[in-house]
Amino acid sequence: MLKASEIKVGDTHSEVLVEDLKRTQIVQYAGASGDYNPLHTDEIFTTKIAGYPTVFAHGMLTMGMTGRMVTNYVGDGTLKKYGVRFTSQVWPGDTLTSVATVTELREEDGESLVDLEIVTTNQDGVAVITGSATAKIAS
Amino acid sequence: MAIDKFLVEASHIMMFARSIGDDNPIYYDEDHKSESGSEGIIAPPTFAQSSAQFDPDYFLRPKTGGVGWFGSGKEPTGLKPSGSGGGGGGGAAAGLHAEQHFEYHLPLKAGDVLSATTKPGNAWEKESKRAGKLKFSESVTEYRNQNGDLVITATGVGVQTERPVDS
Repeated sequence: MLKASEIKVGDTHSEVLVEDLKRTQIVQYAGASGDYNPLHTDEIFTTKIAGYPTVFAHGMLTMGMTGRMVTNYVGDGTLKKYGVRFTSQVWPGDTLTSVATVTELREEDGESLVDLEIVTTNQDGVAVITGSATAKIAS
Repeated sequence: MAIDKFLVEASHIMMFARSIGDDNPIYYDEDHKSESGSEGIIAPPTFAQSSAQFDPDYFLRPKTGGVGWFGSGKEPTGLKPSGSGGGGGGGAAAGLHAEQHFEYHLPLKAGDVLSATTKPGNAWEKESKRAGKLKFSESVTEYRNQNGDLVITATGVGVQTERPVDS
Protein backbone atom coordinates (compact mmCIF):
# COMPACT_ATOMS: atom_id res chain seq x y z
CA MET A 1 0.00 0.00 0.00
CA LEU A 2 1.25 3.48 -0.87
CA LYS A 3 1.97 5.89 1.96
CA ALA A 4 0.81 9.50 1.83
CA SER A 5 4.22 10.64 3.05
CA GLU A 6 6.01 8.84 0.20
CA ILE A 7 4.07 10.17 -2.79
CA LYS A 8 3.20 13.60 -4.17
CA VAL A 9 1.12 15.11 -6.94
CA GLY A 10 2.88 14.60 -10.27
CA ASP A 11 4.55 11.29 -9.34
CA THR A 12 4.29 8.67 -12.05
CA HIS A 13 4.40 4.88 -12.33
CA SER A 14 4.84 3.27 -15.73
CA GLU A 15 4.87 -0.30 -17.07
CA VAL A 16 5.04 -2.01 -20.44
CA LEU A 17 1.77 -4.00 -20.47
CA VAL A 18 2.45 -6.21 -23.46
CA GLU A 19 4.99 -6.47 -26.26
CA ASP A 20 3.79 -7.70 -29.66
CA LEU A 21 0.28 -8.67 -28.51
CA LYS A 22 -0.56 -12.15 -29.73
CA ARG A 23 -3.91 -13.33 -31.08
CA THR A 24 -3.64 -16.25 -28.66
CA GLN A 25 -3.76 -13.86 -25.70
CA ILE A 26 -6.96 -12.36 -27.12
CA VAL A 27 -8.35 -15.91 -27.34
CA GLN A 28 -7.30 -16.50 -23.70
CA TYR A 29 -9.17 -13.36 -22.66
CA ALA A 30 -12.26 -14.41 -24.62
CA GLY A 31 -12.27 -17.75 -22.80
CA ALA A 32 -11.73 -16.31 -19.33
CA SER A 33 -14.16 -13.39 -19.65
CA GLY A 34 -16.81 -15.24 -21.64
CA ASP A 35 -16.94 -12.53 -24.35
CA TYR A 36 -16.73 -14.60 -27.54
CA ASN A 37 -17.58 -11.77 -29.92
CA PRO A 38 -16.08 -13.03 -33.23
CA LEU A 39 -14.60 -9.54 -33.81
CA HIS A 40 -11.87 -10.56 -31.38
CA THR A 41 -11.08 -14.12 -32.43
CA ASP A 42 -12.60 -14.92 -35.84
CA GLU A 43 -10.42 -13.53 -38.63
CA ILE A 44 -12.82 -14.54 -41.43
CA PHE A 45 -15.88 -12.96 -39.83
CA THR A 46 -13.97 -9.82 -38.86
CA THR A 47 -12.43 -9.17 -42.29
CA LYS A 48 -15.22 -10.39 -44.59
CA ILE A 49 -18.34 -9.42 -42.67
CA ALA A 50 -17.40 -6.67 -40.20
CA GLY A 51 -14.94 -4.94 -42.55
CA TYR A 52 -11.94 -4.61 -40.22
CA PRO A 53 -8.35 -5.38 -41.35
CA THR A 54 -7.95 -8.12 -38.70
CA VAL A 55 -9.30 -9.16 -35.29
CA PHE A 56 -8.71 -6.71 -32.45
CA ALA A 57 -8.43 -6.93 -28.67
CA HIS A 58 -11.39 -6.62 -26.33
CA GLY A 59 -11.34 -3.16 -24.77
CA MET A 60 -11.65 -5.02 -21.48
CA LEU A 61 -8.40 -6.90 -22.15
CA THR A 62 -6.58 -3.57 -22.39
CA MET A 63 -8.43 -2.31 -19.31
CA GLY A 64 -7.46 -5.51 -17.48
CA MET A 65 -3.79 -5.21 -18.42
CA THR A 66 -3.86 -1.52 -17.48
CA GLY A 67 -5.43 -2.49 -14.13
CA ARG A 68 -2.41 -4.72 -13.51
CA MET A 69 -0.16 -1.65 -13.76
CA VAL A 70 -2.47 0.21 -11.35
CA THR A 71 -2.62 -2.54 -8.71
CA ASN A 72 1.16 -3.08 -8.98
CA TYR A 73 1.47 0.60 -8.02
CA VAL A 74 -1.24 1.06 -5.38
CA GLY A 75 -1.24 -2.46 -3.88
CA ASP A 76 -3.70 -5.35 -3.78
CA GLY A 77 -7.30 -4.73 -2.76
CA THR A 78 -6.91 -0.96 -2.31
CA LEU A 79 -8.85 0.33 -5.34
CA LYS A 80 -12.01 2.36 -4.72
CA LYS A 81 -12.67 3.37 -8.31
CA TYR A 82 -11.29 2.55 -11.73
CA GLY A 83 -12.73 3.83 -14.99
CA VAL A 84 -11.59 4.22 -18.58
CA ARG A 85 -12.57 5.39 -22.05
CA PHE A 86 -11.53 3.25 -24.99
CA THR A 87 -10.06 5.81 -27.38
CA SER A 88 -8.47 3.64 -30.06
CA GLN A 89 -8.42 -0.01 -31.01
CA VAL A 90 -5.68 -2.43 -29.97
CA TRP A 91 -4.45 -4.81 -32.66
CA PRO A 92 -2.38 -8.00 -32.66
CA GLY A 93 1.29 -6.97 -32.74
CA ASP A 94 0.75 -3.86 -30.63
CA THR A 95 3.10 -2.98 -27.79
CA LEU A 96 1.34 -1.10 -25.00
CA THR A 97 2.77 1.11 -22.28
CA SER A 98 0.71 2.49 -19.43
CA VAL A 99 1.36 5.43 -17.10
CA ALA A 100 -0.39 6.43 -13.88
CA THR A 101 0.11 10.00 -12.64
CA VAL A 102 -0.82 11.16 -9.14
CA THR A 103 -3.32 14.02 -9.50
CA GLU A 104 -4.50 14.44 -5.90
CA LEU A 105 -3.97 13.23 -2.34
CA ARG A 106 -7.03 13.68 -0.14
CA GLU A 107 -9.11 12.49 2.80
CA GLU A 108 -12.68 11.24 2.46
CA ASP A 109 -14.84 9.68 5.19
CA GLY A 110 -11.76 9.21 7.36
CA GLU A 111 -9.79 7.42 4.62
CA SER A 112 -6.62 8.64 2.90
CA LEU A 113 -6.96 8.42 -0.87
CA VAL A 114 -4.88 8.96 -3.97
CA ASP A 115 -6.37 9.94 -7.33
CA LEU A 116 -4.57 8.80 -10.46
CA GLU A 117 -4.81 9.76 -14.10
CA ILE A 118 -4.17 6.82 -16.41
CA VAL A 119 -3.07 6.66 -20.04
CA THR A 120 -2.18 3.58 -22.05
CA THR A 121 -0.51 4.17 -25.40
CA ASN A 122 0.56 1.97 -28.29
CA GLN A 123 3.94 1.84 -30.07
CA ASP A 124 2.96 4.86 -32.20
CA GLY A 125 2.21 6.98 -29.14
CA VAL A 126 -1.55 6.81 -29.75
CA ALA A 127 -3.66 6.65 -26.57
CA VAL A 128 -5.77 3.48 -26.54
CA ILE A 129 -7.16 4.03 -23.04
CA THR A 130 -7.52 7.15 -20.94
CA GLY A 131 -8.97 7.00 -17.47
CA SER A 132 -8.64 7.48 -13.77
CA ALA A 133 -8.50 5.52 -10.55
CA THR A 134 -8.81 6.16 -6.82
CA ALA A 135 -7.10 4.00 -4.21
CA LYS A 136 -6.76 3.85 -0.45
CA ILE A 137 -3.35 4.78 0.90
CA ALA A 138 -1.78 4.67 4.35
CA SER A 139 -1.84 8.07 6.02
CA MET B 1 -29.25 -8.74 -17.77
CA ALA B 2 -29.91 -10.43 -14.48
CA ILE B 3 -27.59 -13.01 -12.96
CA ASP B 4 -28.80 -15.10 -10.05
CA LYS B 5 -25.55 -16.83 -9.15
CA PHE B 6 -22.07 -15.71 -10.13
CA LEU B 7 -19.76 -18.16 -8.35
CA VAL B 8 -16.42 -16.44 -7.81
CA GLU B 9 -14.03 -19.37 -8.09
CA ALA B 10 -10.28 -19.52 -7.56
CA SER B 11 -9.56 -21.33 -10.83
CA HIS B 12 -11.61 -18.79 -12.80
CA ILE B 13 -9.69 -15.95 -11.15
CA MET B 14 -6.40 -17.69 -12.04
CA MET B 15 -7.43 -18.06 -15.69
CA PHE B 16 -8.66 -14.48 -15.85
CA ALA B 17 -5.43 -13.14 -14.30
CA ARG B 18 -3.36 -15.18 -16.79
CA SER B 19 -5.34 -13.78 -19.71
CA ILE B 20 -4.45 -10.21 -18.69
CA GLY B 21 -0.82 -11.24 -18.12
CA ASP B 22 -0.95 -10.77 -14.34
CA ASP B 23 1.11 -13.28 -12.33
CA ASN B 24 0.49 -11.62 -8.95
CA PRO B 25 0.21 -14.50 -6.41
CA ILE B 26 -2.80 -12.79 -4.75
CA TYR B 27 -4.79 -14.15 -7.73
CA TYR B 28 -3.89 -17.84 -7.30
CA ASP B 29 -2.11 -18.56 -3.98
CA GLU B 30 -4.49 -18.75 -1.04
CA ASP B 31 -1.53 -18.52 1.37
CA HIS B 32 -0.19 -15.30 -0.12
CA LYS B 33 -0.25 -12.20 2.04
CA SER B 34 0.21 -8.83 0.30
CA GLU B 35 2.04 -5.84 1.69
CA SER B 36 -1.31 -4.02 1.64
CA GLY B 37 -2.66 -6.57 4.16
CA SER B 38 -4.84 -8.33 1.59
CA GLU B 39 -4.87 -12.13 2.02
CA GLY B 40 -6.62 -15.08 0.48
CA ILE B 41 -7.38 -15.09 -3.24
CA ILE B 42 -9.00 -11.88 -4.45
CA ALA B 43 -10.29 -10.96 -7.90
CA PRO B 44 -8.48 -8.52 -10.24
CA PRO B 45 -10.18 -5.11 -10.68
CA THR B 46 -11.94 -5.96 -13.96
CA PHE B 47 -12.95 -9.52 -13.05
CA ALA B 48 -16.64 -8.68 -12.63
CA GLN B 49 -16.83 -8.44 -16.41
CA SER B 50 -16.58 -12.23 -16.55
CA SER B 51 -20.04 -12.43 -14.99
CA ALA B 52 -21.03 -12.90 -18.64
CA GLN B 53 -20.15 -16.57 -18.05
CA PHE B 54 -23.07 -16.78 -15.62
CA ASP B 55 -25.62 -14.90 -17.72
CA PRO B 56 -27.79 -17.64 -19.27
CA ASP B 57 -28.84 -15.34 -22.13
CA TYR B 58 -25.46 -13.72 -22.89
CA PHE B 59 -25.55 -13.31 -26.67
CA LEU B 60 -21.77 -13.12 -27.22
CA ARG B 61 -21.45 -16.81 -26.31
CA PRO B 62 -22.44 -19.48 -28.85
CA LYS B 63 -25.40 -21.51 -27.70
CA THR B 64 -24.84 -25.24 -27.28
CA GLY B 65 -24.00 -26.69 -30.70
CA GLY B 66 -23.21 -23.24 -32.09
CA VAL B 67 -26.55 -23.06 -33.90
CA GLY B 68 -27.44 -19.52 -34.92
CA TRP B 69 -23.98 -18.21 -34.00
CA PHE B 70 -22.88 -15.23 -36.11
CA GLY B 71 -19.19 -16.19 -36.34
CA SER B 72 -17.74 -18.01 -39.35
CA GLY B 73 -18.20 -21.69 -40.19
CA LYS B 74 -18.82 -22.86 -43.74
CA GLU B 75 -19.73 -19.26 -44.51
CA PRO B 76 -18.05 -16.09 -43.17
CA THR B 77 -21.07 -15.62 -40.87
CA GLY B 78 -23.83 -17.81 -39.51
CA LEU B 79 -26.22 -14.87 -39.38
CA LYS B 80 -26.40 -11.15 -38.68
CA PRO B 81 -25.51 -9.91 -35.17
CA SER B 82 -28.63 -9.23 -33.11
CA GLY B 83 -27.21 -6.14 -31.38
CA SER B 84 -29.28 -6.52 -28.22
CA GLY B 85 -28.07 -4.68 -25.13
CA GLY B 86 -26.80 -5.75 -21.75
CA GLY B 87 -24.32 -8.45 -20.82
CA GLY B 88 -21.29 -8.59 -18.60
CA GLY B 89 -21.96 -5.25 -17.04
CA GLY B 90 -20.50 -3.71 -20.17
CA GLY B 91 -21.80 -1.97 -23.20
CA ALA B 92 -19.86 -4.27 -25.54
CA ALA B 93 -23.00 -6.10 -26.51
CA ALA B 94 -24.44 -2.93 -28.01
CA GLY B 95 -21.66 -2.71 -30.62
CA LEU B 96 -18.25 -1.54 -29.46
CA HIS B 97 -17.23 -0.77 -25.91
CA ALA B 98 -16.74 2.98 -25.38
CA GLU B 99 -16.27 3.31 -21.62
CA GLN B 100 -16.17 1.16 -18.50
CA HIS B 101 -16.21 2.30 -14.88
CA PHE B 102 -16.03 0.29 -11.66
CA GLU B 103 -16.71 1.37 -8.10
CA TYR B 104 -15.45 -1.03 -5.44
CA HIS B 105 -17.47 -1.13 -2.23
CA LEU B 106 -16.09 -4.37 -0.72
CA PRO B 107 -13.19 -6.70 -1.64
CA LEU B 108 -14.19 -9.45 -4.09
CA LYS B 109 -12.85 -12.81 -2.90
CA ALA B 110 -12.76 -16.39 -4.14
CA GLY B 111 -15.74 -18.14 -2.57
CA ASP B 112 -18.07 -15.18 -2.87
CA VAL B 113 -21.38 -15.76 -4.61
CA LEU B 114 -22.61 -12.67 -6.42
CA SER B 115 -25.88 -11.75 -7.99
CA ALA B 116 -26.19 -8.94 -10.51
CA THR B 117 -28.90 -6.69 -11.86
CA THR B 118 -28.46 -4.30 -14.78
CA LYS B 119 -30.42 -1.16 -15.51
CA PRO B 120 -30.17 1.05 -18.59
CA GLY B 121 -28.58 4.45 -18.00
CA ASN B 122 -28.29 7.47 -20.30
CA ALA B 123 -28.32 7.36 -24.11
CA TRP B 124 -26.89 9.96 -26.49
CA GLU B 125 -25.67 10.49 -30.08
CA LYS B 126 -22.60 12.07 -31.61
CA GLU B 127 -21.11 12.57 -35.08
CA SER B 128 -17.57 11.30 -35.64
CA LYS B 129 -15.17 11.54 -38.58
CA ARG B 130 -13.82 8.04 -38.00
CA ALA B 131 -17.07 6.06 -37.86
CA GLY B 132 -20.06 8.24 -38.82
CA LYS B 133 -23.03 8.60 -36.49
CA LEU B 134 -22.36 7.16 -33.02
CA LYS B 135 -25.17 5.97 -30.77
CA PHE B 136 -24.06 5.64 -27.16
CA SER B 137 -25.95 3.76 -24.45
CA GLU B 138 -25.09 3.25 -20.82
CA SER B 139 -25.84 0.30 -18.54
CA VAL B 140 -25.35 0.12 -14.79
CA THR B 141 -24.81 -3.24 -13.09
CA GLU B 142 -24.89 -3.77 -9.34
CA TYR B 143 -23.10 -6.83 -7.95
CA ARG B 144 -24.17 -8.01 -4.50
CA ASN B 145 -22.62 -10.80 -2.43
CA GLN B 146 -24.17 -13.73 -0.55
CA ASN B 147 -25.05 -11.37 2.32
CA GLY B 148 -26.86 -8.94 0.04
CA ASP B 149 -24.08 -6.33 0.39
CA LEU B 150 -23.14 -4.20 -2.59
CA VAL B 151 -19.64 -5.25 -3.76
CA ILE B 152 -19.15 -3.57 -7.15
CA THR B 153 -21.06 -1.07 -9.26
CA ALA B 154 -20.12 -1.37 -12.94
CA THR B 155 -21.12 1.22 -15.53
CA GLY B 156 -20.57 0.32 -19.17
CA VAL B 157 -21.04 2.52 -22.20
CA GLY B 158 -21.59 0.85 -25.56
CA VAL B 159 -21.44 2.53 -28.95
CA GLN B 160 -23.11 1.51 -32.16
CA THR B 161 -21.18 2.92 -35.14
CA GLU B 162 -22.55 3.74 -38.59
CA ARG B 163 -19.53 2.05 -40.23
CA PRO B 164 -16.34 0.28 -39.12
CA VAL B 165 -13.98 2.60 -37.26
CA ASP B 166 -11.12 3.99 -39.42
CA SER B 167 -7.81 3.28 -37.75
